[in-house]
Amino acid sequence: MRTWFPYPLLSVGLLLVWLLLNQSVAPGTIIMGTLLAIGLGWVTLKLGLVHSHPRRILLIVRFGFTVALDVIRSNIAVIAVILRGQRRPPNPGFLTIDLDLDDENALALLACVMTATPGTAWLEYDRHRKSLLFHVLDMENEDVWLDTVKRYETALKEIFG
Amino acid sequence: MSHLTDLPVWAAVIVCGLTVLGAAVALIGSVGLIRFTSFYERLHAPTLATSGGVLMICTASIICFAVLQSRWVFHEILIIVFVVVTTPVTLMLLGQAALYRDRVEEQRGVPLKQRPPREEQAE
Amino acid sequence: MMELSIIWSILVAQIMLGLAMAFAFYRMVRGPRAQDRILGLDTLYINAMLMLLTFGIRSANSLYFESALIVALIGFVSSIAFGKFLMRGEIIE
Repeated sequence: MRTWFPYPLLSVGLLLVWLLLNQSVAPGTIIMGTLLAIGLGWVTLKLGLVHSHPRRILLIVRFGFTVALDVIRSNIAVIAVILRGQRRPPNPGFLTIDLDLDDENALALLACVMTATPGTAWLEYDRHRKSLLFHVLDMENEDVWLDTVKRYETALKEIFG
Repeated sequence: MSHLTDLPVWAAVIVCGLTVLGAAVALIGSVGLIRFTSFYERLHAPTLATSGGVLMICTASIICFAVLQSRWVFHEILIIVFVVVTTPVTLMLLGQAALYRDRVEEQRGVPLKQRPPREEQAE
Repeated sequence: MMELSIIWSILVAQIMLGLAMAFAFYRMVRGPRAQDRILGLDTLYINAMLMLLTFGIRSANSLYFESALIVALIGFVSSIAFGKFLMRGEIIE
């Protein structure tokens, strides 16, 4: 099984993308998509991606919901900052936090989440010290931002743990 | 413009509202790109367009085509997934490049490179 | 009445996106440093993609979707290449 599908989730995702792009579920498209999915799965074997095993679907769904809520909230906050303009300029700043994540994919997911929420931007991660440097647009109190990142970290540790 | 009038009222209201809202969010993001004074602040502006704007306009497009052609094909989801996955990569790379350049030119107000731990230096 | 409001709201959305593109272009031309210009270019690509999607809604043509996808792809690759160039001075290591 492993030799045929090195990355099962990736292959299924590729097949879905192929079907969506062609906008059909005709047998021919499915066969072509399956061939492509298996072939590209072998190609990515050369890249040497890191395997990780996310567990507990329920936790993943809950994490997705919290992230979606945070994205909406921070969207509104950043819109308010921009519209306020020069009357009350934002108070940007750099923050450093120590992370305790070993899984590469969990780190990548954390980076995606932090950059996707407006208001925080991932800048640099030091592998030796395991510390992360990120930029915050409006730093009213730093503890809130540090708490947010810590919350994501514990959620990701539970998922990938 | 004949096809848009075929939309039932509820769908038309949703499509128009989401399109205008999404465009407004993207516009505010670009205004932020102009208004902010430092690069690191400007780094936050495009995420407005890529999270709020793309999500709303793609949802409007999905609803419009689904109701008009009564085919439940969500290929706009591809755009949402693609943008959500790729924007962090671009912004992270740009942030790192800016940090690197600022450090090389020794600009003020930029955090310094963290020193590697002692024991690894000794090796 | 109904069709007028639909047409007008989509037109308003397109004008707003056009303004957004103009602002991003301003940042690209004006930007004090190279990273600002690249950020402007990236924003310009994203706004152009949204503009193509609104054209798709307006004309009910699925072709606009494909072009929006291609614009998004090209924008991503070019921004990555520029960012990499800024960092190292060469693109392929």
